[in-house]
Amino acid sequence: MQWKKPPFIANQWLRYGLLVGVVGYLVLGLNSIEVNWIRLWDGLPRGWAFVSGFLTPDFLSRGGDIWEGIVESLTMTLTSTVIGVLISVPIGVGAARNLAPTPVYLVCRSVIALSRSFQEVIIAILFVAMVGFGPLAGFLTLAFATIGFLAKLLAEDIEDIDESQAEAIRATGAGWLQLINYGIQPQVMPRLIGLSLYRLDINFRESAVIGIVGAGGIGATLNTAIDRYEYSSAAAILIIIIGFVLLAEYLSGFIRKKVQ
Amino acid sequence: MPIRDRDGSNIWQRRTSRQQWLSWFGWLLLVSLFIFCWRLMNENTLWMFVQDAPRQVIDITDRMTPPRWSYMERLWKPLWDTLNIATLGTLLGITMAVPVAFLAARNTTPSDRYVRPVAILVIVSSRSINSLIWALLLVSILGPGLLAGIIAIALRSIGFIGKLLYEAIEEIDHSQVEAVLATGASGSQVLDYAIVPQIMPAFAGISVFRWDINIRESTVLGLVGAGGIGLELSHSLNTLAWPQVSLIFIVILGTVVVSEWISARVRHAII
Amino acid sequence: MLTLKRLTKRYKTGDLALQEVTLDIPQGQVVGLIGPSGAGKSTLIRCINRLVEPTAGTVQLKELNLTSLSQTALRRARRHMGMIFQEYALVERLTVMENVLSGQLGYVSFWRSLLRRFPTPAVQQAFAVLDRVGLLDHVDKRADALSGGQRQRVGIARALLQNPDLLLVDEPTASLDPKTSRQIMRLITEICAERQLAAIINIHDVALAQLFVQRIIGLRQGQVVYDGAPDGLTAEVLTDIYGAEDWSATIRKEPVEEPPVAEEEEPLPEKKLAVAR
Repeated sequence: MQWKKPPFIANQWLRYGLLVGVVGYLVLGLNSIEVNWIRLWDGLPRGWAFVSGFLTPDFLSRGGDIWEGIVESLTMTLTSTVIGVLISVPIGVGAARNLAPTPVYLVCRSVIALSRSFQEVIIAILFVAMVGFGPLAGFLTLAFATIGFLAKLLAEDIEDIDESQAEAIRATGAGWLQLINYGIQPQVMPRLIGLSLYRLDINFRESAVIGIVGAGGIGATLNTAIDRYEYSSAAAILIIIIGFVLLAEYLSGFIRKKVQ
Repeated sequence: MPIRDRDGSNIWQRRTSRQQWLSWFGWLLLVSLFIFCWRLMNENTLWMFVQDAPRQVIDITDRMTPPRWSYMERLWKPLWDTLNIATLGTLLGITMAVPVAFLAARNTTPSDRYVRPVAILVIVSSRSINSLIWALLLVSILGPGLLAGIIAIALRSIGFIGKLLYEAIEEIDHSQVEAVLATGASGSQVLDYAIVPQIMPAFAGISVFRWDINIRESTVLGLVGAGGIGLELSHSLNTLAWPQVSLIFIVILGTVVVSEWISARVRHAII
Repeated sequence: MLTLKRLTKRYKTGDLALQEVTLDIPQGQVVGLIGPSGAGKSTLIRCINRLVEPTAGTVQLKELNLTSLSQTALRRARRHMGMIFQEYALVERLTVMENVLSGQLGYVSFWRSLLRRFPTPAVQQAFAVLDRVGLLDHVDKRADALSGGQRQRVGIARALLQNPDLLLVDEPTASLDPKTSRQIMRLITEICAERQLAAIINIHDVALAQLFVQRIIGLRQGQVVYDGAPDGLTAEVLTDIYGAEDWSATIRKEPVEEPPVAEEEEPLPEKKLAVAR
């Protein structure tokens, strides 16, 4: 008697068709990468310079710029998260099927879709064009992105609640706001806090990026440092970012445990 | 206990007065921190510029419409490049993330003391740094082009896939591992028969999810010279060709919607 | 006091859950509603406070026609109908006191409820009710820290804080062990007797129902097929309600005058708060 493991995809045609498709794509795709070997060879010492920059980070020679950038990033992060959360709560409630009437639901869902479709960088480009260079554009960008992220997850959370608890509150003759306050809020609050902290973390990381297009924050400093091949300064900035992210992760873990 | 005796009758409060004060104090702290940050942030804001914003909005919208549809024929190649950056970058990222995940998971790491912290550090560093920053670095090192984009996407994906995957590995049902161990299987056999089958659905889901995110991210990598449709966006922005910009936005939006749909379908099929 | 006339409910899926149910329940009467799963028991009690909208027919509580009320008036009417749920349906992350006080939501303004500043009489009443159900020591525990029986007591307390005329009780004992089930049923019927409350109790356990209620209504496929005294449940009647089965073990042989008094679920401390009543 012979035994062979049954194939993952039972249909033979589909199996081989997929295989041919995948191999064909890989050949085509890999071929479309044009590698400039000479440029690559030139780059090797720079790559090495970056790696060694991590071992000898230079916090001082661009110290003033770095400090300014970090302060901008941090202030942008905090303000945009606070405002973003405040706005995303009503939108999230409005985007929950089980609470909102259909017109409100559709409006809120479109706001969320609009906010989620574009990268922060693209939104930042538009806001910079509107309000000029600087952290205000960054603040607007991050707040806008926060709304899409948080409102969507909040709405999904509200749709997933234990209906019987809400039903019990409804049966006492409670009004709509009381229903939210007693039946919904206690159920979604811990996760809302957790998500807000997570978004704080994301906003900080994004604040390092949108500076590249002029929306304030540490990104501009980083961009300059890399453009001038000052890898020790760039490494210093990256180390600071990683440090803050680690700190944020530790803090949010702590707070999440508290609110559970 | 928040029950107080007052005039011989019981008063109920949600919190004790100490808790109440602490809570008020916390809110006060948050509000003042917010105001402080807001003022610090806007020290250099030119409010004249901001007041001008509505006019700017109208102006830009005016210039962006209608999109220059004929520009589309020059976008197919960059779009293909974007797709390649995302897909090949994801594949490269997966091949690097899987070993890191196994080294980082508490139940599969060879050494809790020495190897695990290194793997975790790799994951955290990769997660902390946005793919655009990786691209910025790599363009400066390797020169502009697709390769920098692919590696940037791969480096960022390590952290994402690695983190979710190692959490999935740590959550597996241990009794299945014990059952295979009891047959006298070796370490790699346990991996093959007890661990891999359990994490396979999670792994596939995570990879497709990351691919979807990578499509979004690769649309903007061109802004720093790492190829794809972002390169065209950068050119159009620099030449203030707003009708082209709006077309590129539409193309990006379409790509994102399609990739999200595909990823949702695939994940649905897996689960 | 409560009158249902030709109450009918057809769900959007086309399932006919209730067919022209007509009932009259006087003040202070405790009614047990029995029937197989899917017979429409839950739908019936939810149609009374319109958590489920009935398709046709009327519900009248005292002089009020509930089926014709506007949303606002319905909320006001719901205050007079306390509801007790199968899986307790407590808001698990709120404290026992907040859960009990949520029974007052129909009476207080949104701002008062948001700030948890309930009127003193309501709070006094909450203490009294918690004392009655034996939970005074658990006031500030979170609802999810309680045992099943304790949770259901909180559920009862919440319903009582509405100062209801009627209790709608949906499978109060389905998630409880036999002993706790009896204690909960006894508590509900005692309270109904004390306050002259009418109650409709959905219940699966026929023997338990016979032990405690004054009247049994049997429901099958949305229709009333039995309405009478608990002792009238013969094998034929049960077969009519549930279908053929050997019912000899279920039927109460001789009427028990008073259910045996069981000890408390757990020894309650003697200490009781001096509640000014």
